[in-house]
Amino acid sequence: MRWVLSKLITELGFKRSDLYVVDADSSMSAMLTSFSENFPERYVNVGISEQGLVGVAVGIASCGKKVVICTYSMFLMRAWEQLRNLVGRTRLDVKIVGTHSGISSYGDGPSHQCIEDVALMRVIPGMKVFVPADSIALRCCFEDIIDSEGPTYIRVGRDEDERVYSECSCRLGVANVIKDGGDVAIIASGGMVAEALKAANELKRLGIDAAVIDSHTIKPIDRDTILKYAMKTGAVVTAEEHSIYGGLGSAVAELLVNEYPVPIAFVGIKDAFGKSARNLSDLRRYLGLTSSDIVNAVRKVVSRR
Amino acid sequence: MRRRSYEEPIPISELKLDLSSVDVPVIRNIVSRGFNKNQLLILKEIRCNIGRSLTSILRDASRRYGIPLSTLKLNAKILKDLNILKVDNGGSRGVYLTPLGEFVCELLGITSYGREFSVDPKLIQSLNEKASLVRKHVLEMMAEAGSGHVGASLSVVDVLVALYFAKMRYDPKNPSWPLRDRLILSEGHAAPALYAVLALAGFIPTSELYKLRDINNYLSGHPEIIIPGVDMVSGSLGQGLSVGCGMALALKRDGINSKVYVILGDGELDEGQVWEAALTASKYKLNNLVAIVDRNRYQQGGPTEHIKPLEPLAMKWIAFGWHVIEVNGHDFRELLRALNEVDYVMDKPSAIIAHTIKGKGYPPAEGNNDYHNKPISKDELRLWGFK
Repeated sequence: MRWVLSKLITELGFKRSDLYVVDADSSMSAMLTSFSENFPERYVNVGISEQGLVGVAVGIASCGKKVVICTYSMFLMRAWEQLRNLVGRTRLDVKIVGTHSGISSYGDGPSHQCIEDVALMRVIPGMKVFVPADSIALRCCFEDIIDSEGPTYIRVGRDEDERVYSECSCRLGVANVIKDGGDVAIIASGGMVAEALKAANELKRLGIDAAVIDSHTIKPIDRDTILKYAMKTGAVVTAEEHSIYGGLGSAVAELLVNEYPVPIAFVGIKDAFGKSARNLSDLRRYLGLTSSDIVNAVRKVVSRR
Repeated sequence: MRRRSYEEPIPISELKLDLSSVDVPVIRNIVSRGFNKNQLLILKEIRCNIGRSLTSILRDASRRYGIPLSTLKLNAKILKDLNILKVDNGGSRGVYLTPLGEFVCELLGITSYGREFSVDPKLIQSLNEKASLVRKHVLEMMAEAGSGHVGASLSVVDVLVALYFAKMRYDPKNPSWPLRDRLILSEGHAAPALYAVLALAGFIPTSELYKLRDINNYLSGHPEIIIPGVDMVSGSLGQGLSVGCGMALALKRDGINSKVYVILGDGELDEGQVWEAALTASKYKLNNLVAIVDRNRYQQGGPTEHIKPLEPLAMKWIAFGWHVIEVNGHDFRELLRALNEVDYVMDKPSAIIAHTIKGKGYPPAEGNNDYHNKPISKDELRLWGFK
C-alpha cells in the first residue's frame, strides 16, 4: 500500500509542478525518496512534529500549492485540533494521507493502531474522507482527490493484506457495488471489504443472498446507492476496521435513520483498544473483525427484518 | 538596542547592557569575559567580511585600529584553537566562523547585520498619530461589541502600525496579490487591533469596525481568512509560526522575495508547537520569516514568569538558531531599525522580542491584567476621554 502510494505521489509530481509533499519523518520518509530525489524543492520533512507538520502544510497551501501530508494516521490525530482549526477553517488544498491506519500495525500494539480517525476526520466541516479497499482502488481515485478542491483525508493501511479489485472500477463519491444481492446489504470499507466478500460466499451456502458494497468515500457518503440497497434488501450490516462509534457504520445509520429506517448491525471495534499480535488474522479474530463476525451479524439482522 | 558603526571596536562594558531581561546580560557578560578586546574585534571583522582571507582581514584591522599585526595574529590563533574560527586553506571560503563561533557571536550580539539607519522624524510622527487612531478604534470597537481582549489588542498596536505603514508591501485593492508580504497574527485574540489597522490601510471600510463580533458581519472575534487582508486564520494559540514556516518555504522556493511576519503573544510561547516551528524555520534557514513576540509579560492567569517562566527568552531563540533583536515595542525608531536589520540576515530566521505594556494607551488597563479580556463600557471610555 505504501509503495503504491509513493509511486502515485512521484508520478503526480512529474505531472503537477505545484504538488508539495510534507512529511514528519515517518516510515513513509524512506519510501518517498523517489519523490524527494526528483523534486527536492517540493519535499519538506519537518521531523517528528505532527502539529507543526499541519501548520507548515497549510502555509504552503495558502501560497496556491497542492499539499500532500503523509504520516502515521495515529500520530496525525494528535494534530486533530490543527487539522480542524487550520485545514478545516481555511478549506485549503491539503490532502492528508494517514498511513498504518486501522489495525494494520498489528505488532506495535494499541499505541499505534488507529481506530478512531474516520470519526475524528468526519466531524470536521468540509473534510472529505476516503478509505480505499486496496491499492487498485487507491490508484483509481488518487489523482481525482489531488485535483479536487479542499481537504481530504485518505486512510491507508501499512501493507496490503488482500486484493479486492483486479481492475480500476471505483469512482470518487460513488459507492461501488461489488456483488449484487437481495436479502441483505453489507456495506464495508478498507480492509473489511475483502472480509465482506468472504462472508457473502459463506452466506450463499446458508441461502442468504447478500449484496457487498464498498463505501470507500465515507464523506460525503453515497446517499443514492445506500438508500437504494436499503430499500431493496431491508437489512444492512456495516463492516469497518474502526471503532463502531463515529465511523462508516455511524455514517450509514445517520443516513438511514433519517431517510429509510431498516434493521442495521455494526461490525467494528466495540469500545476497545487493539492489542499486539504476531499476525493480522489473530488480531482480527480478537477484535471480532472476521468474515464469520459479519455472517453472525447478518443472520441477526435478517431475523429482525 | 545597540547599534554602532563597524569602524570602532565594541567595548566589553557595553556588551552587557543590551537586553532587558535578567539572565541574558549576565550570560553575555560571562561569555564576553572569556575574550579580550582584540579577539572580539577579530570576531566582528570576520562576521563583516565573508569570504576574505584571515591575513587580509587582520592586516586591514591592524592598519585601521593601530594594533600591531602580530598581536592580532596571536589572538586569531587562540580563537582558532578554541574552534571558534576556521581557515579554509587554499579554498574559496577564506576564514569563517564555526557553528560554535556563530553561536558565540549571536550570544554576544556581534552581528554583521547592523547598518546605519536613520528615520525621518515626520514618519515617526505620522506613525504615532496612526497608532493613537488605531487605539481609539480598538477601544470603541470593543465597547460596541461588549467583549474582547483589551490588553493584547492595545500592546500590539505599535508593532502592527510599524509593519503596515512603514514596512510591509501589500495592495488593499488586491488582498491576495502573490508578491505581498504576509502577516499572521498568531495571538488571534488581538484581532481588533489588526482589523483597525486593516481598515486604516484600506482593506476594509472603517464603518465595518463597529460591527465587530456581530452575527451579520465578517469581523469575527478571531481572524478568519475571509476577511480582506487577513492572510491566515488564528485563535488557537501556538499555530501561526508553523504556518509562517510553510509560507516562507513556498515563497522562497518560488523565488518570491516577500517576507512573512508572525506576531506571537508571549503567553503563547507556552505552546510546544511554537518550538517545533522554531526548529523547522532554522532547519530550512528561512531568512524571510520574522517572528515578533509581543512581550507584554502577562497571560490570562497572571505574569508569564509565574505561570511558566520564559526567561532567558532571547537565549532560547538564539539556541534554536535564530537571529534575535530586543526592542521597545512602543518605540517606532527601535521597531523600524529592527525590521530593517532583519532584511540583512541571510542564513537564519529572525525573532524580534518587542517589550510592550499590556493595555498600552488606555490608562486603567496599562499593566493591569484584570483587563486581559474585561468588557469595557462606553461610559467608562467617555470617562477616560475617548469618544
